Amino acid sequence: MDYAEFSFQAMVVAAVVYLFAGAAHTVEWAAAKNATAEPPKKRRRVKVLVGAAGGRDEMGDEAGLEARAGDGGARRETENDRLRVDQFGRVGLAFTTVAFFVHLAAVVTRGLAADRAPWANMHEFTATSLALLVGAYLVMNLKWSMRWLGLFVALFSSIGLGLAVTVFYVDVSPLVPSLHSTWFMFHISAAMASGSAFTVGAIASVLYIVRERAERRGEVRGYLAKLPDSRAIDTFAYRCAAFAFPMFTFVIAAGAIWAQYAWGRYWGWDPKETWSLITWAVYAAYLHARSTAGWRGTPAAIISIIGGLLFWWNYVGINLFVQGLHSYAK
Amino acid sequence: MTGDKTRASALTPLEFARFLWTQLTSMRTALSLLFLGALAAIPGSLIPQRPVSPAQVDKFLTDNPRLGGVYEALGLFNVYTSPWFSAIYLLLLISLVGCIIPRCFVYARALRAEPVAVPSRLDRMPVSASAPRSGSAASALDRGEAWLKQHRYRVRRERGALSAERGYLREFGNLVFHISLVFLLIGITWTVTFGYRGTSNVLVGQGFSNTLTQYDEISSGPAFTDADLAPFSVVVEDFEAQFEQGEVNTGQPREFALLTRVVDEPGAQPREYVIRLNEPLEVRNTQIHLLGHGYAPQMTVRDGDGNIAWQGPSMFMPQDGNLTSTGVINAVDARPERLGFEGFFLPTGTVDEMGPRSLFPDALKPQVFLTAYHGPPKHETGVPTNVHTLDKNGLEQFSRPDGSPLAFKMDVGETVELPDGRGTITFDGYQRWVRLQVSHQPGMGFTLASVIVAVLGLCLSLFVRPRRLWVRVDDDRLDVAGLDRADARTGLADEVEQLAESVLGEETRHD
Ligand code: HEM
Repeated sequence: MDYAEFSFQAMVVAAVVYLFAGAAHTVEWAAAKNATAEPPKKRRRVKVLVGAAGGRDEMGDEAGLEARAGDGGARRETENDRLRVDQFGRVGLAFTTVAFFVHLAAVVTRGLAADRAPWANMHEFTATSLALLVGAYLVMNLKWSMRWLGLFVALFSSIGLGLAVTVFYVDVSPLVPSLHSTWFMFHISAAMASGSAFTVGAIASVLYIVRERAERRGEVRGYLAKLPDSRAIDTFAYRCAAFAFPMFTFVIAAGAIWAQYAWGRYWGWDPKETWSLITWAVYAAYLHARSTAGWRGTPAAIISIIGGLLFWWNYVGINLFVQGLHSYAK
Repeated sequence: MTGDKTRASALTPLEFARFLWTQLTSMRTALSLLFLGALAAIPGSLIPQRPVSPAQVDKFLTDNPRLGGVYEALGLFNVYTSPWFSAIYLLLLISLVGCIIPRCFVYARALRAEPVAVPSRLDRMPVSASAPRSGSAASALDRGEAWLKQHRYRVRRERGALSAERGYLREFGNLVFHISLVFLLIGITWTVTFGYRGTSNVLVGQGFSNTLTQYDEISSGPAFTDADLAPFSVVVEDFEAQFEQGEVNTGQPREFALLTRVVDEPGAQPREYVIRLNEPLEVRNTQIHLLGHGYAPQMTVRDGDGNIAWQGPSMFMPQDGNLTSTGVINAVDARPERLGFEGFFLPTGTVDEMGPRSLFPDALKPQVFLTAYHGPPKHETGVPTNVHTLDKNGLEQFSRPDGSPLAFKMDVGETVELPDGRGTITFDGYQRWVRLQVSHQPGMGFTLASVIVAVLGLCLSLFVRPRRLWVRVDDDRLDVAGLDRADARTGLADEVEQLAESVLGEETRHD
């Protein structure tokens, strides 16, 4: 078996294992149906001080994210329930970790097979940026116990890798010459990193909306009780976008510089460029919305979700549909 | 920032203008305009655009005349230069400027001002702590102040209290970013106004000198004059192309190298330069890119009288990735009748059920595949003829004895005799030609600088974390509190804790 074949097989395996991870997290969610929200966590006490006062809930410190995530969740369930829920959560995480290493091996061998960085076409870009996304999730999980993202990360990766090995698959081939450019390297690697962060942010925004509604109705039960409170999720979503936005700005700028070298025009309104600009404007709108009265909260979260969808539409949809539309004359 | 909602009709014109201005420069308007701009950009990516692909627009118009007419009326074939797109863009620009100017003043004032007064109730703050203490209040505050200064806070000391703030660079970055956007747009406008871009197809072995007549196509800004064309000339000495030979992506381009001899200005010493993809030739502020290439079959047409009526390479235009190319040979001087040919050049030719086509972009088995026409001589009309299509007015197609149209395939060196002694055509060989693009974008450096500054400003604006901390010291009690003014920060509780510890100092430790 050569590298290319190994890479392909490993990717299929990873997609399946992510699916298992998703299934385990689904069971975790289902098993947590009896969980109820904890009373708001008290402010962390300042060690040397007596009688530390903590009026309001935290403004999205890490503490907020940890509040009900992972092991700390669902205190009022019976011990048995708690153990069972936790067990499935751990199984999900274990599957995700295994899948991630297989996935990583697949991406690396793909690069070895092609003798270059594995991000020259849709198949490679999707596989590599998903590896980045899962890697970031695992690291964040170690640092801040963010297992509450697990179901979505696993399902998203499973579907994404599934598409990568079917619809997007192409055999290994060298780069076309116009891609032989340092700027292309900057452009594409920043695109993958910002795309992963936008995606995590959009997932968090979905969870924010669900949790926030439940909080308003006073029905924070089941799995929702295991999520951090809506404010902390919102802050997390914002941080993802705030991290990704300057990087995405750089992606567009590096793309323009590269286009200038390759074609002598830094901006030509081709569909890809146009949709990048649209995505960028939507994220700028998101950042504005978060500081505009009447747009905070759910409306802003919806914009963040639209932004995440736009990112993938621009990468996948444009290649599959719009280019086809454009070349109808041929 | 939103204006008050007084009914506009009750206002004087001046008040009304001010009302409009407040509305236009509100954050809400900026938000709406950003969305509107994003929406407005969509049709241009789905409908063919005249500046990018005029041929597809024409085809769309012939295929869908009615819908095409509606699109045309709405400017949907020219979205990015249409009045409504420009209107959104201009409104956004005005809103941006209107937003930046007052904020600059506010920021300048904030820079000179001291941190805010200490709030009366510190325990109402998002993070607060208190502790019993003893000892000198002044030295406790000294310790707190030292700690705050060390952590780059700006500190204001009141009686028995400290107010501290840091993160002023956030707003600075925000202003820099928004101002850079304005400069970015200025740079683009500058380029669009003074720049030009044109293409010229040049046979290998021939030259190009930068004058208007040498362009096949040129587009330029309103302030462009002929004098802006840098007086350089380029001779295309050699062109090498390599294509993928393997099974995957067969025929995909691999490497292009265009050897040129450049004279930067009249009288200058010629220099050699190899243009490759991503490596354009630069002459002063002008860039010359290799945009495409094709083949020009070298043909000789003899007329019925036996004279050479046409000879030379004729550029054929590539139609697909394997360089199946189409073109014409128009021998208007042939006598007794003029002759015309149209058809294909195939670098690696084959004819199958899909018709004549090329299987590989390199010239492995060059063939031409032509149909021929004849007609009475035509008087020179002075109307320029299109060199890529044959005007068949007054021409008749040659046919075989059975009545079917005459079509013939030729390999290099072959000669075909036309029926009834009307002449012959010979396929002598082929040459390559390249499409050069010359572009001058005077505002580009300025635009690039704006982008770099914008990204730096953006990073400051998003990653600098403004924070306020307060300390109040009574005879027996310490209160500390903190507030983050942006969501980008973590560790407020830690910092409040550290500050409290440092204010308490050694004394309390030993308690
Ligand atoms: C081309 C249009 C614009 C783009 C792309 C844009 C982009 C951005 C971005 C990315 C931020 C986030 C930085 C941060 O959160 O600190 C921001 C913040 C901000 N923008 Fe804009 N902006 C635009 C137009 C405007 C306009 C017209 C206004 C005036 C109403 C404005 C007012 C602001 C304000 C006040 C902030 C700070 C928000 C805060 O501190 O939370 N922007 N802008």
